[in-house]
Amino acid sequence: MTSELFLQYLVAGITYGSIYTVVAIGFNIIYNTTGIINFSQGEFVMLGGMVAITLHNFMALPLAILLAVLITMAVGAAIEMLFIRRLRSPSVLRMIIVTIGVSILIREVALHLWGSGVRSLPYFIGNEITTIKLGPVFVSPQVLWVVGTCLVMVVLLLLFFQATSLGREMRACAANRVAAVLCGIETRNMVTLSFVLSAGIGALAGAVVSPITYSQYDNGTGLAIKGFTVAILGGLGNSLGAVAGGLLLGVVEAFSVSVVPLAFQDAVAIAVLLLILFVRPHGLFGSGATAAMKEF
Amino acid sequence: MSVLRAGIVGAAIALWVAAAPAAWAETIKIGALLAVTGPSSFLGGPEARTLEMMVEQINAAGGITGKKVELLLRDTAGNPEKAISLGKQLLEEDKVLAVVGPSSSGETMAIKKLFEDNATPLISCAAAEVIVNPLASWVFKTPQNDSSAAIKIFEEMKRQGIARIAVLVDNSGFGKAGREQLQKIAPEHGITIVAAEVYDAKATDLSAVVAKIKANAEVQGVINWSVVPAQSIVVKNIRQAGWQVPIFQSHGFGNIKYAEAAGVAAEGVIFPGGHILMAAQLPDGHPQKSLLLKYIADYEGRYKETASAFGGYAYDALTILRRAIEIGGTDKAKIRSAIEGLRDLPGTSGIFNFSPTDHNGLGLDAFAMMTVKDGKFVPYQGK
Repeated sequence: MTSELFLQYLVAGITYGSIYTVVAIGFNIIYNTTGIINFSQGEFVMLGGMVAITLHNFMALPLAILLAVLITMAVGAAIEMLFIRRLRSPSVLRMIIVTIGVSILIREVALHLWGSGVRSLPYFIGNEITTIKLGPVFVSPQVLWVVGTCLVMVVLLLLFFQATSLGREMRACAANRVAAVLCGIETRNMVTLSFVLSAGIGALAGAVVSPITYSQYDNGTGLAIKGFTVAILGGLGNSLGAVAGGLLLGVVEAFSVSVVPLAFQDAVAIAVLLLILFVRPHGLFGSGATAAMKEF
Repeated sequence: MSVLRAGIVGAAIALWVAAAPAAWAETIKIGALLAVTGPSSFLGGPEARTLEMMVEQINAAGGITGKKVELLLRDTAGNPEKAISLGKQLLEEDKVLAVVGPSSSGETMAIKKLFEDNATPLISCAAAEVIVNPLASWVFKTPQNDSSAAIKIFEEMKRQGIARIAVLVDNSGFGKAGREQLQKIAPEHGITIVAAEVYDAKATDLSAVVAKIKANAEVQGVINWSVVPAQSIVVKNIRQAGWQVPIFQSHGFGNIKYAEAAGVAAEGVIFPGGHILMAAQLPDGHPQKSLLLKYIADYEGRYKETASAFGGYAYDALTILRRAIEIGGTDKAKIRSAIEGLRDLPGTSGIFNFSPTDHNGLGLDAFAMMTVKDGKFVPYQGK
């Protein structure tokens, strides 16, 4: 393999990895607060893309994306208040099943609203053939947008969860809900907040990846499966882990193409995931001690 | 109160009787097995809407030979098992004269034997060549053959002096069938496939595989054979890699949405398409021109969506059936031989020339090479 081809695969791997990571981060927020996996996370991603595309017909791109994020956040809040909050005995398993139901609901509504066709946002800079030449390799500027968004999100989330009292209260809810209540934390509102936050992050992810991957009423599911894989690979709840897991999975997928036919790409990715989980059951950066305290 | 109610009911009945058309002496029952919902709804939806519109038009114009057409439309959801049971129902309970559909090749192959056993004409809207080759005496199809598309592409490649190519297909049935045809026909045209890859219909980015085939210095041209949106990602990724290789697409690219999705990257892509994509640009007097313009105007006026080649497949199936019933009457065997005798019948996909050994009736001329210019499909004028 020439060094030029090696670098081109690496760039492709970073592209895949950053798309997966940006989706994976949303899983971690709700997990960090409630200890559940939100299976409608992919639908937040889809909504972010679709709503932004629709709004872009009437307004400038940055405003359309901002509004799409806000609308999806409202949807996230509504889901929590309408479904999750009303559960009589909110066990982790029940909440997870509710999120699966909600994901089907959102998908069907999207199918009726937008039909089954594909759409996409325009490239933020340039167009479909614009590339930046970095030495011997070509990179689409949109990839840099995705990588940049990913980094900013991770840094802001780390600061939020570590350095603000609101962030610490949210983490306390997941660590021990009863103790959190005893400390005077309004746990219900924290759960709502986590849905709002992850819906917003999902929507932003959906908008920045839309020019690359396209948006369609059901494309959230595929992205969510990859995002979920990455979240587990990096250790659930760990945003830096998601970055490492995402880049690892993306790079493995890209380089697998050089040795096996493309059709086996997903098989290779899943094999790597299984292998890592055999050695480190809590993911690359997850801690067994923390995981033992969670129900899921 | 009761007098008033009786009056209203009476008036309603009178209105209903008055509104009913002149009593039809007889009706002709035509079945349709289409994937109106499910993953193939992008095929079955336009097909079903086309049939409903046409049956209304036919009946408003006095039916077929004075008989009213009754359309029995059944939704298979793209499921072969459902197609079999609904097919049986149409044949045994509804006793239909002939059936239009199914939408997909898999479903058509599943019900082929059923219609052979029941000696009832079936006119499929699915493309695969195996539907009519080997020949089944009661089964016909309206879309052009995959092999015709492949031959058209290879002929254009030869004209441009391209001999060594890479083939990318999606993992749908359409992609697989296309790959087989391309591999079979390429040697006959002196073309060597030096790289072949299959991509997932739900792929999000394909720059890695593009890097792989770009690194193969032998590749002079790329065929990207697909019917799913991911085909536009391939086109984008090739151009983003700074690779100016000639890109050829299949007839599955013939949906303007796919060109729009690839944006400026789609400019200059070459593909074989049916005349429906270039109806307005056809020369006046072309036998398909007036019927294509009328169909597109009727369909788009009624349903507010772009008319596609898919709806056209159903249009052709019913047109063929209508002509055959006009010739052969309501006897199934006579209808079958009437279809086999149809010559120079213009449809949306091409000009049909059936024979007892050709149950598709379309030739290479049903495709025209097209390209994308300024975001629109236009006839390809050569390099």
